[in-house]
Amino acid sequence: MNGVHDMGGMHGMGPIRHEPDEPTFHERWEGRVYALSRVLRTRGGLWNLDANRHGLEVLPPVDYVRMSYYEKWFALMLTTVVAAGDVTQAEVQTGSPAAGSPRKAVLVTPEAVSSMVDRRASARRNAAVVPRFKAGQRVRARNVHPPGHTRLPRYVRGRSGVVLVDRGVFLFPDTNAHLRGEKPQHLYSVRFAAREIWGEQASPRDFVHLDMWDDYLQPV
Amino acid sequence: MSRPYDSVGRRGFLKTAATGAAGVVAGAKPGAAQAPPDSAQQVVPSDLTLRVKALESLLVDKGLVDRAALDRIVDAFETKIGPRNGARVVARAWVDPAYKTRLLADAATAMEELGFHRHQGEDIVALENTSKIHNMVVCTLCSCYPWPLLGLPPVWYKSAPYRSRAVIDPRGVLKEFGVDINADVEVRVWDSTSEIRYFVLPERPHGSERLDEEALAALVTRDSMLGTARVTLGATQVPA
Repeated sequence: MNGVHDMGGMHGMGPIRHEPDEPTFHERWEGRVYALSRVLRTRGGLWNLDANRHGLEVLPPVDYVRMSYYEKWFALMLTTVVAAGDVTQAEVQTGSPAAGSPRKAVLVTPEAVSSMVDRRASARRNAAVVPRFKAGQRVRARNVHPPGHTRLPRYVRGRSGVVLVDRGVFLFPDTNAHLRGEKPQHLYSVRFAAREIWGEQASPRDFVHLDMWDDYLQPV
Repeated sequence: MSRPYDSVGRRGFLKTAATGAAGVVAGAKPGAAQAPPDSAQQVVPSDLTLRVKALESLLVDKGLVDRAALDRIVDAFETKIGPRNGARVVARAWVDPAYKTRLLADAATAMEELGFHRHQGEDIVALENTSKIHNMVVCTLCSCYPWPLLGLPPVWYKSAPYRSRAVIDPRGVLKEFGVDINADVEVRVWDSTSEIRYFVLPERPHGSERLDEEALAALVTRDSMLGTARVTLGATQVPA
């Protein structure tokens, strides 16, 4: 979607505020939100990474820009715990489990944390998919504007570049985010000259490299 | 457009949940001041402290969440999973050319040699900065970051100013970080649009030839592994 989250190349966002020796979490609640999210994400489904990203993208734009990072996560969590069936809206309203509601199985035990905490679920898939492009080939990013989740930033649509390397087969976030299947396909690292994207103002020695799926590309 | 939340309508639902959040606060702490969901008070930290605590309590009461598991996750990211991990990889690459070759060819396997799980580094790529090429990493669309190696991303990396400018004005951004790039150096900005994670192997600082691997690792900063800083000797005493 052409949302406010797709920020590459926007102006007016203000100075970069660098904080020396920044703590992992600035407030205790931030760590709790992060940890809750990690635990709940083991449920899969609506909690899959791409659906979660899209959930943040569809926050009202004003909130997206105003809220802090973990505040956005919490806003999304409040909707997803209900949508995924973890709790009911009534329980969120009262703050307590409904009378007589069955106790659910714990998602992550303390003992299981050490074996899951530093691991990322890989999006790589073993499916035998034929690549449509190869390293060295000139390609163009499609000029498309999908209203749902996509990892094709606006600033590169319609621009041409060169395939650097075929990274292999990965699930496709555009469908996975909407629980419409993984649609595994080849993912490429594609190199775009900054001048192709931004025009003469850019240095001829600057390049932007993006990862792009087969569905994002067309031959030049 | 089809969304996972079609039956509810995503934005309408969020509003409901925000109202619900006020209920959660009331449930956990009767009599607590409740801000209307659309008021600015909704975003003040003390309010978030209460609301997060209330949701956590509800999920614990439902049986889904074990508080001790949350404690361990927070502790792991505050004490174990951070840029010191990446610094060890960089220092090894500086002292061992064969290791560096393996790191640039297959970062996941090279990380495993230092005791990092094979799985955590899957789909990770090391980018070498040289006197002719300067790499830097961004995620314009959200906050993708090589966290198994560097820990959780700092606020500036996730912020609108960095995400918006890194791709259109990398040299200006680097200058703000105190990194001047000569006009003849190629700048490569890596926008992390997929699940491939990128980290930078910075240049080894001049004058560090006599430092051992441990001393070198101590020089390597998080920012240098994102390409927004160089590694310097700083106040380090170099043995004669």
